[in-house]
Amino acid sequence: MKVVLENVTKIFPPRNKREQEFMAVNNFTFTVPDGKLIGLLGPSGCGKSTTLYMISGLQKVSGGRIYFGDNDVTNLPAESRGVGLVFQNYALYPHLTVKQNILFPLQNLKGPDKLSKKEMLERAYQAAKLVQIDELMERKPNALSGGQQQRVAIARALVKMPGVLLLDEPLSNLDARLRLQTREEIRRIQKETGITTIFVTHDQEEAMSISDMIVVMRDGVIQQVGKPQEVYDNPTNLFVAKFLGTPPINVFNGEVKDGQLYIGGESVLDVGGVANQAVTVGIRPEGFIPAADGRMTCNLTNLEIMGRDASVVATHPASCNPTVRSIIDGDCKIDTASATVRYNLKPHKVFLFNKLSEKRIIFSAQENDDFITAAMKKKYVKKI
Amino acid sequence: MTDQKFLVFEKNIEREKSRQRVMRILVQVFLYLFLIIMALIIVFPFYFMLISSVKELAEYRLPQQTLWPNKIVFHNYVEAFHTANLGTLFSNTLYVGLVSTALSLVITVITAFAFARLEFKGKNAMFAALLATMMIPGELFTITNYQTVSDFLGFRTLGRELGSGDLIAMGDWKNTFTVLIVPFLVSVFYIYLLRQNFLQIPNELYLAAKVDGTSDIKYLWKVMIPLALPTLISITILKMMGAWNSYMWPQLVANDEAHRLITNGLRNAFTTTSGDVNIPVQMAAVAIVSAPLFLVFIFLRKYIMKGVSRSGIKG
Amino acid sequence: MVGSKHPWKAWLYLSPAIILLLIFTVWPIINTVRMAFLEGYNSMAVAGGAKFEIGISNFTNVIKYKGFINCLTNTMLLCVLTVPISTILALVISVCLNAIKPLRRMLQTIFFLPYVTNSIAIGMVFAAMFNMVGNNFGRPNEILITAGIINNIIEFFGGEAINWINVGSTKLANMTVMVIYIVWNALPFKILVLLGGLQSVNKQYYDAAKVDGTSRFRTFTRITVPLLSPMITYVVITGFIGGFKEYSSIVGIFGEKMGPPGTNQSTNLNTMVGFIYDNLTNQQGRASAAALILFGIIFVVTMLNLHISKKNTHY
Repeated sequence: MKVVLENVTKIFPPRNKREQEFMAVNNFTFTVPDGKLIGLLGPSGCGKSTTLYMISGLQKVSGGRIYFGDNDVTNLPAESRGVGLVFQNYALYPHLTVKQNILFPLQNLKGPDKLSKKEMLERAYQAAKLVQIDELMERKPNALSGGQQQRVAIARALVKMPGVLLLDEPLSNLDARLRLQTREEIRRIQKETGITTIFVTHDQEEAMSISDMIVVMRDGVIQQVGKPQEVYDNPTNLFVAKFLGTPPINVFNGEVKDGQLYIGGESVLDVGGVANQAVTVGIRPEGFIPAADGRMTCNLTNLEIMGRDASVVATHPASCNPTVRSIIDGDCKIDTASATVRYNLKPHKVFLFNKLSEKRIIFSAQENDDFITAAMKKKYVKKI
Repeated sequence: MTDQKFLVFEKNIEREKSRQRVMRILVQVFLYLFLIIMALIIVFPFYFMLISSVKELAEYRLPQQTLWPNKIVFHNYVEAFHTANLGTLFSNTLYVGLVSTALSLVITVITAFAFARLEFKGKNAMFAALLATMMIPGELFTITNYQTVSDFLGFRTLGRELGSGDLIAMGDWKNTFTVLIVPFLVSVFYIYLLRQNFLQIPNELYLAAKVDGTSDIKYLWKVMIPLALPTLISITILKMMGAWNSYMWPQLVANDEAHRLITNGLRNAFTTTSGDVNIPVQMAAVAIVSAPLFLVFIFLRKYIMKGVSRSGIKG
Repeated sequence: MVGSKHPWKAWLYLSPAIILLLIFTVWPIINTVRMAFLEGYNSMAVAGGAKFEIGISNFTNVIKYKGFINCLTNTMLLCVLTVPISTILALVISVCLNAIKPLRRMLQTIFFLPYVTNSIAIGMVFAAMFNMVGNNFGRPNEILITAGIINNIIEFFGGEAINWINVGSTKLANMTVMVIYIVWNALPFKILVLLGGLQSVNKQYYDAAKVDGTSRFRTFTRITVPLLSPMITYVVITGFIGGFKEYSSIVGIFGEKMGPPGTNQSTNLNTMVGFIYDNLTNQQGRASAAALILFGIIFVVTMLNLHISKKNTHY
């Protein structure tokens, strides 16, 4: 079932006289396609959890409409929406066993939906098997590890066969190793059940790795929507470019003059079709090619070889960050004794942004890029 | 899992919505109705006390009690004040309350400080033993304490044998203020409460003070007491209320005119509670005795609630 | 923690508390046990130079004593009636209070009001509310001046006036009045603790229940009550301890005679604590034995309660 959000807005009233009202979500319009896994991504306080809670019905919308399929559920209370919700701290009832926790939603069903004891148990075990906790059914939540609690919470959300599954920061309470494992698990469960799933995270790696689509939010406003790779390769503004990618993108102050991009006085790249102006330049770490006659010169600090790849740490006077980090092929020869390192740049890994609006400026070498959508071209190429 | 998706949408959503709205309003109405009725029951005795205290005796004796006095009079208060000799009772109770609170605070603070900050042999065992005594009902102590204050350390017996009036006075504490104050100076519960409070204050502050050459007492006075002030206020209020409400021990050991406390005075002045007694005067007396408690309640409710929720003891 | 270089300092700070505790807490414990196991111990005999055998006759005599059996059953009855009633009522009120927003603070304050009262003084108010003024109740020549406000209310709803506490009243009526008063008095503390517990329950449990479409009733029985069980256990235990030590509320309503005029020690409302006080000055052996029995009962009930609640909550 698809989930449609139309101009959804959430305004929190001021809590006291000194405070102003706070717009947590601003005009959120987005359609979650049926059966897809969507990641809502953004820094904390960006309104992503509020959006999730509005979809669940636990928070009321201040404006706009929400549809499940073709049904308007905007004013429907949470209990009638039939969503499955997994809380950040799982909210497993501490006094009930795993089995009782999973059975709990089923025991609420009334009237024609009421199930017999046998059916309930069958469904509970089915859900438990799906998340591989059918061995732990008699335990209390406190006797489980974080990862197991997470699975129980998912089983409890899935057991009533919801039309939409919502996950609030599902991996944030797990340690690094479990996180990797659990995110694969979530992907597998979603694929197996085909339930439209929306999850919230502040961890871009997590969102990129398993989502069919990601929605990047900032201050309650959608910044960009798209397939993870698409968003990574073609950020619409500086915020998105900075938010996605590890190590993070390198940011410089630059200038475009006569079709050339200048960083710190050097002409580093041909950028045809862009008017003369000061720009903010973002270069992905993998966008550097070391070359003896490279056009960009950095002061070499350190070389970290990590097996297949090598990471070059350098500094540059025009850089907005303390260091410039590039990821290069492990085979590349870098003279560590040298004080400087020279690079050529890959045009599709270099992003220009307007100094003020921080919006992306497309230059001629990027116009034929596979990832540039028609819409983006229209929007940005026109300005050139 | 697709066939069972969204059973709820087969229902009429609009009807469901209005049904739930009606339910919510009904539940709210029921909640308020119940709470307000309960609240009325709770305040009714106070209301009854106040209206009865300003009624003429004749009006009180009407077959149908009036819910608002036909004529409001205040002479019951004057009569109550004299009948029960409330002035003396007030000053006695205030004296005992203030002295015992002050002494008790000093003892509680230094004891809690020692348990929270100092290191000595057998500390934990001693603290555990202290806590264990809280389980024992106070009546168990009263039997022996009554003997103790009748003949403190055997001084009275000794005085009798030697014919020394001073020794007899030292041994016989009955009908003195001392007997009302001294046996209850140490409260294990308050020590426990304050120690927990002291423990929350970072030890680094104490170390820093030691490095600066600050004495223990100065540190206590300058750092710990200000930080633990809310607990100390709670203790003070509960201790004062304890003096105000104490009944059994004073009844036993100091029931003479000069040392009688307020609750005992009230009970002694109006021994008969049933039958044809002057209830308006009784109610006026009760109102006078309750007034300070209500004042404390109005202005210091926060501290009482904080202390009470952790104790379960009254006064 | 700081290793003090002067351990004597700690002992200096502790000395006032230790000395007072030794005299008024530790010695009484030892002495009570001693007196309880010295057969027939009493101060008159001690003064006469009598020697006592070690044995358990104090206990057996106490149990055989008719007055004591009456005290024991009264105490038990009051406990068994008031603790469940007040706990359930407090739980319902707390849950309702927790479910409303406007007026919550005001109602909360009202429900706390009975806490800051003097149980003797307000007992007199309750007595007045239930008191009938007149003569020869229940006889043909009955003269009724006023039946009291409670009876007026009962009559208003079409009931018949009941002799609650006057001469010739039934024990059932007396007990009813006591239960009402004790419950009224016990509510504030229980509401305070339970409401505090409710407010500290993680709201996400309720969100989770809501998303799953759990009904209000089911949320209450399956989530609220189990999550609140530590607080419930706490108020039940303190309620039982308070119930077993019930004394002054009865004095408040019935006076030192512990019953309506005309009742004696095997028919009045005397309690365990009352029994101890009755024997405290002359029959120390008997009083000590009763105090130890009281302690034993409180101890057993507390342990039982803890055991049961531990079985039901594993988190």
